[in-house]
Amino acid sequence: MSSCLRLCTAASCRSRGAMALLQSSDRPVKEVGCLGPCSEGPLAAEGAQLLSLKPAEGEPLAPSLGAALAGSRAISADDPFLKLQRRLVLARCGVVDPGCIDDALAQGAYQQLQAVLAANNPSAVIDTVRRSGLRGRGGAGYPTGLKWATVAAMPSDQKVVVCNADEGDPGAFMDRTLMEGDPHTLLEGMAIAAFAVGAAQGFIYIRAEYPLAIERLRRAIAAAEARGWLGTAIGGSRFSFGIELRVGAGAYVCGEETALIHSIEGRRGVPRPRPPYPAEHGVFGLPTLINNVETFGNIPPLLRLGVEAYGAGTKVFSLTGHVQRSGVLEVPMGTPLRTIVETMGGGAPPGRQIKAVQTGGPSGGCIPASALNTPVDYDSLKALGTIMGSGGMVVMDDTTNMVDIAAFFIAFSREESCGKCIPCRSGTVQLEMLLRKLLERRASAADLTQLEALCHTVADASLCGLGQSAPKPVLSTLRHFRGDYLELLEPGEVVR
Amino acid sequence: MPTLKQGFAALEPVLQRHGHQAHGLIEVLNAAQQLYGHLSEPLLRHIARQLRLPFSRVQGTASFYHLFRFAPQARHSCLVCTGTACHVQGAAQLLAELRAAPLAELSVELGSVRCIGTCSGAPLVVVDGAVWNHVDANAVLARLRELER
Repeated sequence: MSSCLRLCTAASCRSRGAMALLQSSDRPVKEVGCLGPCSEGPLAAEGAQLLSLKPAEGEPLAPSLGAALAGSRAISADDPFLKLQRRLVLARCGVVDPGCIDDALAQGAYQQLQAVLAANNPSAVIDTVRRSGLRGRGGAGYPTGLKWATVAAMPSDQKVVVCNADEGDPGAFMDRTLMEGDPHTLLEGMAIAAFAVGAAQGFIYIRAEYPLAIERLRRAIAAAEARGWLGTAIGGSRFSFGIELRVGAGAYVCGEETALIHSIEGRRGVPRPRPPYPAEHGVFGLPTLINNVETFGNIPPLLRLGVEAYGAGTKVFSLTGHVQRSGVLEVPMGTPLRTIVETMGGGAPPGRQIKAVQTGGPSGGCIPASALNTPVDYDSLKALGTIMGSGGMVVMDDTTNMVDIAAFFIAFSREESCGKCIPCRSGTVQLEMLLRKLLERRASAADLTQLEALCHTVADASLCGLGQSAPKPVLSTLRHFRGDYLELLEPGEVVR
Repeated sequence: MPTLKQGFAALEPVLQRHGHQAHGLIEVLNAAQQLYGHLSEPLLRHIARQLRLPFSRVQGTASFYHLFRFAPQARHSCLVCTGTACHVQGAAQLLAELRAAPLAELSVELGSVRCIGTCSGAPLVVVDGAVWNHVDANAVLARLRELER
């Protein structure tokens, strides 16, 4: 690890004045990606020591980096926020200069790709991924090895690898963190996947709301091409793979894989029924492998460590909301929710209690405080009526009205519905009207019954994941916070 | 900013990069909006001709996505983030208060954005591309007034 001063210039610290500090510096500073606890930003690090340059409450930011450092506060390496992490995907994030491929190469970038090309055994790579038990980190949790094997088995001489970087769940920014902090890990993961399934063409579909990630990826792709880690005859082998960036234009539904394919093809981002699955019929009708940013980011560390040392793997979360310390953290899969929210995040602000933790964005649900001992893994969260989702975790304290939260998510899904199928297009409108009626204390017990029934109709009859999971925030709050709904019924209504 | 009279020549390199192929449509629209500020009808017709697509397909695709705009921008833009983390910190009230404020007099166009992923600063607004953290309506208004000075 370099002892040179590192300063986070990723989006969050940038919004807290990191660029002004960088420009005012009279000593060499290395720009790095996210260092973790964003709420303490701007953040810097010297060796293993993390420094918060955050000014005192109500004070302006220091006029120069020197002054900010003089008034900085050290965050101990024993702080639970740092100590309880297991950084695999984000191992180089905050350490490497994301704009400098030499730095990335010096710290091991593309070594796993080189090893895979030297071994020249695609099926062995797929077998390793399959044995690791790695599941898709975008939310659905489909086994990655199985997906790779399906695409690899397709009889086509042209295949495509797509990275879904359309991180649309509000409150989720794990993928932004990796793309801004260590883009070469993503590119290496994609290249290894392309070699394993036999693809020569790659796309990264990224949302336009992430201008810095777009800029850093463009630069990283160009640098990797110049060094021969992307393009033709990679690493002196016969393997060729190019990556093209496709920037979205603000449509949440484009995170759905068939809508994403249409958007890459320059069309309206409208989903279509599956099958055929993208593995068979994807971008331009070719067999296509689609994985999320974090899933690809897992590949180089998995191959470096091997299946045993990799173990159950990790999950990156973005912790926000009513919590003392917010930011990005990577923890071992199965870490209890309480550890993340209370021990690492410091719990609710003084004088308040945690009421719920929202995971999975508009497709997920709310976990009540009574279930905080749940380990965070795909199946435990599903049993609670929510989903792992991509990793956004929004903490809500006792001042939060859960009906308002349900209405917020339904309004989101209503706005983002593409309008192709009626259950989603009309159902979300009706659901929102019923929730508004409740919030205005005009609803009867019959309205509540109808709300619940309509949730099931929309979930069962919608065409794609957006509509199928849109009622989840309502259903999960009805399940865990029914009291919030009953309190809002019209005066005189019989409470059941 | 290039003008209509120059016949959209500035867009040519982008069209060429995508080989005048239909699948480059969204990339071309993104670039066109960056160059010309908004997607006017003559501009959309030009793109349709260049990509050999029906005008309806170009218009239909452009109108599907939230970020494409069809009217000129005001001098400044102020986007209130309405993501979950901002919502639980009072974004709805912030947006309502700013809507009631005379922003047009300040040449500011008000809009909203669904999470820019820097949630530790919630509630936040994005003004002309810069993020302002932990704001309330009065603070935003005071700083917006500074913009025109």
